[in-house]
Amino acid sequence: MKKVLALASAVSAAALALTAPVGEAKAQSTELTLCWAAWDPANALVELSKDFTAQSGIGMKFEFVPWPNFADRMLNELNSGGKLCDLMIGDSQWIGGGAENGHYVKLNDFFDREGISMDDFAPATVYAYSTWPKGEPNYYALPAMGDANAWFYRKDWFARADLQSEFKAKYGRDLAPPKTQLELKDVAEFFQGREIDGQKRYGAAIFTERGSEGITMGATGALYAWGFKYENTPGKYDMEGAVNSADAVAALEYYKELYKCCTPPGYTDSYMQESLDAFKSGQVAMAMNWFAFFPGLHKDEQVGGDKIGFFVNPGQKVEASTLGGQGISVVSYSDKQEEALQYIKWFAQPDVQKKWWALGGYSCHVAVLNDPSFKESQPFAADFLLAMDGVQDFWQEPAYAELLLAMQKRLHDYIVADQGTAQEALDKLIEDWTETFEDEGKL
Amino acid sequence: MTETSPIQRVADSVALSTPPRMAGQIRGLSDRAIAWLFVTPTILLLLAINIFPLVWTIYLSFTNYKANRLNREVKWIGLKNYERVLTDSDIWHTLQVTAHFVCWTMFFQVILGFGLAWLINKQFRGHSFWTTLILLPMMLSPAVVGNFWTFLYQPQIGLFNYVVGFFAGVDPSSFQMIGEVNLAPWAIIIVDTWMWTPYVMLICLAGLRSIPDYIYEAAEVDRASKWRQFWSITVPMVLPFLMLAVLFRVIENFKMFDLVVELTSGGPGSVTELASINLKREAFEKWRTGYSSAFAIILFVTVFGVANIYVKALNKVKQR
Repeated sequence: MKKVLALASAVSAAALALTAPVGEAKAQSTELTLCWAAWDPANALVELSKDFTAQSGIGMKFEFVPWPNFADRMLNELNSGGKLCDLMIGDSQWIGGGAENGHYVKLNDFFDREGISMDDFAPATVYAYSTWPKGEPNYYALPAMGDANAWFYRKDWFARADLQSEFKAKYGRDLAPPKTQLELKDVAEFFQGREIDGQKRYGAAIFTERGSEGITMGATGALYAWGFKYENTPGKYDMEGAVNSADAVAALEYYKELYKCCTPPGYTDSYMQESLDAFKSGQVAMAMNWFAFFPGLHKDEQVGGDKIGFFVNPGQKVEASTLGGQGISVVSYSDKQEEALQYIKWFAQPDVQKKWWALGGYSCHVAVLNDPSFKESQPFAADFLLAMDGVQDFWQEPAYAELLLAMQKRLHDYIVADQGTAQEALDKLIEDWTETFEDEGKL
Repeated sequence: MTETSPIQRVADSVALSTPPRMAGQIRGLSDRAIAWLFVTPTILLLLAINIFPLVWTIYLSFTNYKANRLNREVKWIGLKNYERVLTDSDIWHTLQVTAHFVCWTMFFQVILGFGLAWLINKQFRGHSFWTTLILLPMMLSPAVVGNFWTFLYQPQIGLFNYVVGFFAGVDPSSFQMIGEVNLAPWAIIIVDTWMWTPYVMLICLAGLRSIPDYIYEAAEVDRASKWRQFWSITVPMVLPFLMLAVLFRVIENFKMFDLVVELTSGGPGSVTELASINLKREAFEKWRTGYSSAFAIILFVTVFGVANIYVKALNKVKQR
């Protein structure tokens, strides 16, 4: 009897082994894989995409990679011509490489054929997420997720009468969300080391991460506010006097002062998650992070609701914010480009975009952004509009990774490792970037 | 009738089922040819996964190739990449950082490893338990070790800071082991020493256990002091083992990557950016394939050259 059972088990296992690949292959033929970063909006997209599957019968699979490894993992995938991803929500800076290296499908003909107009999306997002060369009407992505770096703060602490009066006595103004970068530093200094409810608190959680893009994304928030430009003449790569201008030096010195004076101890390699942790654990009065996290923060039981407030990145000489966000592209190595284009067509519909916003994604569609009720729909919605009016992005060149890592090194050396001056850091940055552009044949 | 083993039976059945013509051909092969027949697959494998990549890397190091720009023309640029690497102050900085890391980790690991081996060799009660306990760190994954040491070094909640603060009478959050320029290089040395001292200890222990007792007994008869026995018997006889351990550890630490990336990512700034971290960034983040190939070849030649000189010295020590 035992022999019969063993034989039966073996036959069943063999049958399963033989039929499984067939079943799998059948499922894969009607399944798209979408690649993105692993964060809150990705969960919202999973929810949203169920509607697409219901309508089209095409299944959706997702490949989400945590932010610190996202660029490494996905750029390796694209550079090796991998077929893992049919749809890619790639970072805005990848658009140049995606277009020039042939990773992304050009979407102009598809948009024309399907009547998808880029006028239906916010101009800043089309420029940043879709076009290459910049501003030219060559589209390689549909704006998918608008984002910018902004701030949130402990509204309940700011509202305390004792702190209000102490702050007013010291600075001569109300304790309120800062309007300038220098005001922000005042507020951070005010909270640094202060005991609130029996615990020691700190001023601000800012980005200082070394490995991927953190410190660049944080420091550019200050640089842009001082009017930082990458070139004197757009497209000419003439960086001398722009990248290392007196204002740029002042902005960088300011960011270092903010780091030195007002961050929690051990805050030397911190990015999105560390900022969220510092705020949620009640360590800091203010924190910078991407708008993408704001819906989750607002819902947080400990620090959300009435306890949290939001404000756009304060200006100094100009109003400006660091751009985040991504467009959605069809990967040229995919065998399911037609199905992937169907997804983009579906995603571009105003109703879908409205639901996207409702679920926690940041739509770039004017039907959503221009809706009279938009500003009131979330406590951070008005700030989002304000931020998107003044966003600036890093280089979007094909060599962006090289350019970014050079900036990471120079900024971290100066701000965290205390080496050299701001002027020297920016001068060296120009040397690095010049070498890269010479290699690229652009100088 | 003699009984045959199952293996013999299988061999016989294979021999019988071999077509006569093929069997004749095999029988006609010389011993040398049969040896080649067995060795060739391994040689081909080695050529494919070791020699070809090395030769290809040498070729790439003379070009402007970028692995993420497949549609760009690949140009032969001669020694330009080598010139760039050797005149790049950042590269020299990473080599200095690497040298600092290798020298100090070797210093501590040799002293502590030998000391622990000497103590364990005393065969005290429970020495097996302590040996196992001491060996635990080297059995862990470097990624895990790097991660939990970042927590130990955390200024506000880290145990390391707490202990140092307790004994030194300072505020634990007043210093940041992996965030301060002066402390970060020592932070990675401490962790590597913690993890790999047991390895040096194990090899030294093998050396100590290989010394025959009669040599010490003869020394006792000659009324040699313990100190004299240590310097004239123990150290010379353990030295080849110790040198072997140092060779392995130097090679490993010269290409150290995972542990330090988990701990500091090369920061703050670039003060813990070892050569291998820089190489990875150049090759797979900046995608400067030609440049990073040149750097890799320079590192390879350096390690290969130093290791060869060292092995010759090791052989001389063994012959004494």
